[in-house]
Amino acid sequence: MSDELLNLTLHVWRQNGPSDAGRFETYQAKDITTHMSFLEMLDVVNEDLIEKGELPIAFDHDCREGICGSCGMVINGVAHGPQKLTTACQLHMRQFENGDELWLEPWRASGFPIVKDLIVDRSAFERIIQAGGYISIRTGSAPEANELPVAKEDADSAMDAAECIGCGACVAACPNASASLFTAAKISHLSLLPQGQAERQDRARKMVAQMDAEGFGGCTNHGECEAACPKGVSLRWIARMNRELVRSMVKADAPIQSRER
Amino acid sequence: MELRSNEPTGPIEHRWEKHKEHSKLVAPANRRKYKIIVVGSGLAGGAAAASLGEMGYNVKCFCYQDSPRRAHSIAAQGGINAAKDYQNDGDSVYRLFYDTVKGGDFRSRESNVYRLAQLSVNIIDQAVAQGVPFAREYGGLLANRSFGGAQVSRTFYARGQTGQQLLLGAYQALSRQIEAGTVDMYTRTEMLDVIIHEGRARGIVTRDMTSGKVSAHIADMVVLCTGGYGNVFYLSTNAKGCNVTAAWRAHRHGAAFANPCYTQIHPTCIPQGGSYQSKLTLMSESLRNDGRVWVPRKKEDVTKRPEDIPEADRYYYLEERYPAFGNLVPRDVASRNALYVTNEGLGIGPEVDGERRAVYLDFADAINRLGENTIRERYGNLFEMYERITGDSPYKTPMRIYPATHYTMGGLWVDYNLQTTIPGLFAGGEANFSDHGANRLGASALMQGLADGYFVLPFTVGNYLGEVRTLPPLAEDHADVSQAVAAVEERIKKLMNAPHPKHAPEHFHRLLGKIIWTKCGMSRSKEGLEEALREIPKLRDQFWREVKITGSGETLNQTLERAGRVADFFELGELMCIDALKREESCGGHFREEYQENGEALRDDEHFSYVAAWEWTGNPSEPRLNKEPLSFEYVKPSKRSYK
Repeated sequence: MSDELLNLTLHVWRQNGPSDAGRFETYQAKDITTHMSFLEMLDVVNEDLIEKGELPIAFDHDCREGICGSCGMVINGVAHGPQKLTTACQLHMRQFENGDELWLEPWRASGFPIVKDLIVDRSAFERIIQAGGYISIRTGSAPEANELPVAKEDADSAMDAAECIGCGACVAACPNASASLFTAAKISHLSLLPQGQAERQDRARKMVAQMDAEGFGGCTNHGECEAACPKGVSLRWIARMNRELVRSMVKADAPIQSRER
Repeated sequence: MELRSNEPTGPIEHRWEKHKEHSKLVAPANRRKYKIIVVGSGLAGGAAAASLGEMGYNVKCFCYQDSPRRAHSIAAQGGINAAKDYQNDGDSVYRLFYDTVKGGDFRSRESNVYRLAQLSVNIIDQAVAQGVPFAREYGGLLANRSFGGAQVSRTFYARGQTGQQLLLGAYQALSRQIEAGTVDMYTRTEMLDVIIHEGRARGIVTRDMTSGKVSAHIADMVVLCTGGYGNVFYLSTNAKGCNVTAAWRAHRHGAAFANPCYTQIHPTCIPQGGSYQSKLTLMSESLRNDGRVWVPRKKEDVTKRPEDIPEADRYYYLEERYPAFGNLVPRDVASRNALYVTNEGLGIGPEVDGERRAVYLDFADAINRLGENTIRERYGNLFEMYERITGDSPYKTPMRIYPATHYTMGGLWVDYNLQTTIPGLFAGGEANFSDHGANRLGASALMQGLADGYFVLPFTVGNYLGEVRTLPPLAEDHADVSQAVAAVEERIKKLMNAPHPKHAPEHFHRLLGKIIWTKCGMSRSKEGLEEALREIPKLRDQFWREVKITGSGETLNQTLERAGRVADFFELGELMCIDALKREESCGGHFREEYQENGEALRDDEHFSYVAAWEWTGNPSEPRLNKEPLSFEYVKPSKRSYK
């Protein structure tokens, strides 16, 4: 374990609210130990700012163990920073060198308006799930759990897709600011399971329509989303989402209507 | 204060059915006339809000996060128990009930625990139908494992993310109701007070954390599913935002707070790395199946690299002290022993505030015996997480671990219906005290949160509304409402304008946490607790004089949010110490140094077989104690011994 202390220069995006223009401001982070997490480094900077009578940097965070999906910021152009498969809260300062200059920005996407500083409004994700990201089952009406066997490989694949934590890094990393990976992960999770079949047809259509309505871009297979995803959610789910969408159109009873532009 | 548990009588296996038969109902057509507030969107709150919405009630649900999916239930790793007996190993509802009462060290209510065990099977059915991707066997049926020393395999799991998947199941059900218009969801909204009108809970006061706007929400009743208070220790495995404010505000209005001294310390967490540390990360308990816990025998070896300490100089203290159970002793025993060896100056790892508080968890023997591949299969994810945080590879060097606060068994006192001592105010999940007694068994927190949320609250809420029928309308400009709003605004103003602002709220929270951790943590003594009770009020006064919050309250202000929570932790922390001092016995997570026999906890059933339900008197230093006596008709109290 090295006990080296780092001195860093931070250029942090500060923006008072959605209508404020926003700008970078520069701060020095001094005597940062390499064992600190990235957010702990920001805590130290913030406590210092408060004691000096200045406004601390606002950022979202909660569990600090990489599962709640609250945190996220772009660090030197990379969503969640340089370490693969790691959320900003699990990133540690040993990934950086003394004297490094770091640029911290919020997720930038028209679907994610900025609330303050590094905090964005991700309620678009809520509405995508509300559009159909569930299996309609009334509490108390479930059949005995083992009455419906699920092939192990399907259960495992569904779990792979269900790992998504809804942080929004995929949107931030995508050149089109597309929410395809997020939407596809939920569509895939539910369509892989026998329990999800009854609503399979409508689910993909409704969720994709909501994703489009929120102002996210389309997928052009850059793969940046998968590279940025802290949970390693795979790009292949997007292919699956597209198949589900086509399938639902082919199978639809109602005539297929062209989407409004 | 009168504590009526409202438990049904008769044979325990029929109590819940009988209770349901004799309860009031609200007809489907009438449900939409009732407004219900649910605070919190974790397993208990999310499940309750979704289920009540489905039934046709008008629900408003609140959470402080930006999405209900981020509630801290999401972080639970291990699994959820259910008495399905899919493994044909002799499990039953009765056995799960028995294990839970015994595991709680005979400090829980038998009727509640039996109901929990009964409902456990319905939870699994519900979650599977929602599409929760539980682990499966090759034949397609559900897989189970044995967890936390249980003698049967009754734990269902979804990799190491069981809490996440169960929460997403509840969240998706909740999303469906939001879409259907039965639930109004308020995110980034914090509850700061309860509105009481004519003796009943009739609403809450909230602060919109984005705009700073303080508002009143009026309803027919309020359900709090706001989690535990583990963050009173400052460092815990809880999320940074977890807080006691909602429960504490209710307590100040007359809701009794039960057994606050029952806190659970988990033995295998990544130790504190420095004074800057913001939280602790839990490593699954399963690691103790293959890891050996040790410290150096000699003080002069504590700074050496572990590889350089010869076998003879290693002190495998759990194996030596507990030959029968060894490294697999229960959580509380493992935790306390880590405290003792580090007290003796044998702790390892970096010094934090002049102390070394860590022990080794060594996999070298297991790797030699089973090969690195087997160990990687079993614990690969955990080892990666450990390396990400510490920079060390457990394949090459022993892990460093130390106990950390993980769960709080105490909480708002509730009756069998989960109603607090305030009519119309209910509490579910970790926020109440009801099912775990003095110690919670592994894989039972998820079970309790979902049992309360899906199956108990939807029913008991209807019973309450069926009983009260029509409540008088409460106008927004009624004095009970406007005064509650004014009090919240006044408190915010007071926090924002401390007379001598000096330090951020974190500064005071760290100091409070240190007092509680050292004096009301794994091991407690009369002397230490009395000391804490002298220190806490002083520090609290200093906090109110010197807390410094920059910016304004009329906008997003995370420092203000934190300050309000820390202020409530100060009062709760004092109550914890008072409760721990009063309980002159050792039981479950509460270990009093004066009450032990050969180093083991000494329970005193004659004098302390009761629930301590503390009543607010207006002075945080002088709460009033009410006792709910506990009786055990089915599981007779016996001694826990692991020698």
